[in-house]
Amino acid sequence: MKSEPTPATRSIVVERTMPHPPEKIWRALTQSALVGEWLMENDFEARAGATFTFRAKPMGNWNGIVHCEVTVFEPPRRLVYTWKGGIVQNAPPSSSLDSVVEWTLTRVAGGTRVRMEHSGFRPQNESAYTTMSGGWPRILERLENVAAERA
Amino acid sequence: MTAATNALFKTLADPTRRSLFERLCRDGEQTVWRLTRHARISQPAVSKHLSALKAAGLVRDRREGRETHYRAEPQALAPLVDWMGFYSAFWRDRFDRLENLLQRMDQ
Repeated sequence: MKSEPTPATRSIVVERTMPHPPEKIWRALTQSALVGEWLMENDFEARAGATFTFRAKPMGNWNGIVHCEVTVFEPPRRLVYTWKGGIVQNAPPSSSLDSVVEWTLTRVAGGTRVRMEHSGFRPQNESAYTTMSGGWPRILERLENVAAERA
Repeated sequence: MTAATNALFKTLADPTRRSLFERLCRDGEQTVWRLTRHARISQPAVSKHLSALKAAGLVRDRREGRETHYRAEPQALAPLVDWMGFYSAFWRDRFDRLENLLQRMDQ
């Protein structure tokens, strides 16, 4: 596996200008209780090298846990953490999602440009053993919906 | 929803079928006999579920002597695996919530 070239990965980028100073947005991105209010419950620690988890409501067989490690912590401009999740009961360990979330705050007139890049998604045509990770919770959720609709 | 996705949904909506498929994904190729040992249903019932999974392209079978071996074809799930779509929607929603929180922090 290791000798094969790394397949190209894809990213999700969301960018918005918000009418708030970078320092304040930084607090919302890095204070555990505040992060919990808009993102997910977590035990985030504000320092590079810290490991922490996000916990969402379990869906289907997905345990709802995302494992993270802070790799860049440069207040109030840049925050990067790894995003490894999608561990699914009864699925192979390789189905885990191995991605990175990067926040960049840039002061602009009237506020801050907030940029989030979630990178490391593998192409969909790869083996579902690897792409299944994010898909399973979604699939199981949709299956439950479908089942409910038909019940 | 396309016809193909609909068929996959229908096939996997059954919990027994889903658990057979998950077992094959996790443990690799297995005989009907071994799958039956873990399932709480009869061998003909397991075979029937496996046929449905096979019809949906989710498993492949291979005869060896008197035994039939099944293995998962998780690629068949590709039409359902829209996880970039999932996270795109997730982050848009979270950006809304972040903006909402920032407004409340003002007060």
